[in-house]
Amino acid sequence: MVSPSAPADQRAYLDHAATTILRPEAREAYLEASQVAGNPSSMHTAGRRARAVLDRALEQIADLLGVPVSWLILTSGGTEADHLALRAVPLGLHAADPARDAVAVAATDHPAVLATARSLGSGEGGIAVRELPVDAAGRVRGDAAQEALADGRVGVLSAALVNNETGAVQDLAALSALAREHGTLLHSDAVQAVGHVDLPAPGTVDLMSLSGHKIGAPVGVGALIARPEVPFAPLSTGGGQQRGVRSGTLDAASAAAFAAALQAALDGPEAHRAHVDALTERLLAGVRDIDPSARLTLPDPTTRSGHIVHLLFPGADAESLLFLLDERGVDASAGSACSAGVTRISPVLEAMEVPEAEARGALRLSLGWSSTAAEVEQLLSALPEALRRSRAVAAFKA
Amino acid sequence: MKVLAAMSGGVDSAVAAARAAEAGHEVVGVHMALSRSRDQTRRGSRGCCTVEDASDARRAADRIGIPYYVWDLSEDFHDLVVEDFLSEYAAGRTPNPCVRCNERIKFASLMERATLLGFDAVCTGHYARVRAEGPGGAASLHRSRDAAKDQSYVLAVMGPEATSRSLFPLGDMEDKAAVREEARARGLGVSTKPDSYDICFVADGDTRGFLDRHLGEAPGEVVDTDGTVLGTHQGTHGFTIGQRKGLGLQQPAADGAPRYVLDVQPETRQVVVGAAELLSTRVLEATEVVAFEEVPAGREVSAQIRAHGEALPGIVERSDERLVVRLAAPVRGVAPGQTLVLYDGDRVIASATLDRRA
Repeated sequence: MVSPSAPADQRAYLDHAATTILRPEAREAYLEASQVAGNPSSMHTAGRRARAVLDRALEQIADLLGVPVSWLILTSGGTEADHLALRAVPLGLHAADPARDAVAVAATDHPAVLATARSLGSGEGGIAVRELPVDAAGRVRGDAAQEALADGRVGVLSAALVNNETGAVQDLAALSALAREHGTLLHSDAVQAVGHVDLPAPGTVDLMSLSGHKIGAPVGVGALIARPEVPFAPLSTGGGQQRGVRSGTLDAASAAAFAAALQAALDGPEAHRAHVDALTERLLAGVRDIDPSARLTLPDPTTRSGHIVHLLFPGADAESLLFLLDERGVDASAGSACSAGVTRISPVLEAMEVPEAEARGALRLSLGWSSTAAEVEQLLSALPEALRRSRAVAAFKA
Repeated sequence: MKVLAAMSGGVDSAVAAARAAEAGHEVVGVHMALSRSRDQTRRGSRGCCTVEDASDARRAADRIGIPYYVWDLSEDFHDLVVEDFLSEYAAGRTPNPCVRCNERIKFASLMERATLLGFDAVCTGHYARVRAEGPGGAASLHRSRDAAKDQSYVLAVMGPEATSRSLFPLGDMEDKAAVREEARARGLGVSTKPDSYDICFVADGDTRGFLDRHLGEAPGEVVDTDGTVLGTHQGTHGFTIGQRKGLGLQQPAADGAPRYVLDVQPETRQVVVGAAELLSTRVLEATEVVAFEEVPAGREVSAQIRAHGEALPGIVERSDERLVVRLAAPVRGVAPGQTLVLYDGDRVIASATLDRRA
């Protein structure tokens, strides 16, 4: 077998926002916990042992997040957590108070939020979606949020803490104050934020989505943090596990891996962020040298997450750029991965009113816990030729 | 060479890519996404570039051991093939979208992008052969070994320059069964996948319905050659020269003989019908000539006017911006918009687009 570090196969993985590398701690925790037999809901000894593994994991997660254990609902990942927050909760609120017949979501949110919110409106007694415009920094416009919530009909307001494409950081404190004023629940998809920016203080948000594989746990586990008074429509029928909100046998091993990854991700955040910031700085300086016309989509470092570097290369074409970088050993992204690998103009950039000509040359580079200076250098050495060829392709297409 | 293998997700392009890789080329598989709104799964033998097709291509590439990408060429395909298809029908001609796709997408957009990205050649699963028997040893395009599968007719439009940058590894295959057997032996899961037929972007196979939806209804008259009105129709795009069925005529012809579409005139919304002998012609006139070699007046050639038609002997009468060929025997159903390809034996000499008869 070829060693992954063999020079011939040296690759730069710069797509941690798509999924990050499994952390050794998470793998160890999974392997250890998966040896414990038993269904955590069973009353016998095996069941109790499995329950103990699960309970310890849940306690660890809750401690790390600073919330009570009872606020945790384990899910299959971020998408399912978003589904619960944007489907089960609005329907639960609507059932209790028919006047709550709308949700409001940031126009730049992940499809797991946006598409779910949009699907509520179809059919009799549906729930309407109000999409909130953002400013050039990708933040929900305060006046628009104010207007959307003013009539008191919005049950859930949702805005991702860190945008998955651009890295824009939402001002949740401001949205939280607004939501309180109008009796609206605030949800935030924080899957891209953990370990990279400060999570909201407990009580700021009512609902928060987390994903295991974005922080170094395996794919297939995540969580929704939900205050106990949040009502859920009973959409997941079955054994009634997890407050009856999410039926299905609890996965103690995945919970243990998630807890271990979360521990690692939140351990020494200053050191980790300093490391990522230094890499980002080198990356940006290098890009500026290579192509002075390149533009950082979010120039203000105080309102973007350090691990996502979203660049616009005028005259380039994302599809060919990604191909050329891949060929030169760099894994990157244009923004969002689509089902069959087709790249299109990003709706996030459209919502931010980035001109189409610029959006066509978008490149998302995202760093993570395992990122190294060598990876950044590999990107910088591949970029000049890739840009030159990509621009030739774009010129031909035009 | 560095070779881009176009992979549709079908068996032919998968085996072609495998053969190119085996021949020692550095091969990268590319699936072209040609439809803007793609179905998830394929139904029967119709349609193309569903998500399932892309997955089939990906698995084949993995099996062969080559990198794989999806390139979105749906804008080009829509603008250069689908729009052309509609406007040609609207103009009373009968387009061949597969020819246009080869001319404008596979061996133009795709090939040009490939070249700009550093590739030397494009490999496809077409059945044809490339040799160096053109003028001064230039690349020449030939019929495939299996005459039944030969696709040189739809490829000829690409011309000699693009031919020189093309690989058709299936050109020497004995027949389709041999290709399937090779796919099976190579462990390619697509070995039993059904062949594609019809026009890929007309997913349900109902071309007439597709045209109705996009061009709308434009009622007009069906007339005799002397202008007598014989009936009405809902749009000239529903007719093609040589068509016999579906004319919607109430009374039979005076002599009882079947009538055929002789001409389609969108400007007057008239469809002219008449007897079979009026449909015959010995003279083929074409424009948009793409020549592989000199086609001087007086040269004896074989002319093919349909994808699966036979080659008809004839003599070139004129060749400049117009190509005129006189056939040894009359032929029926020459529809403007269709492709004319001239051969010398199995070698392509020229391709052109058939024009309205003078």
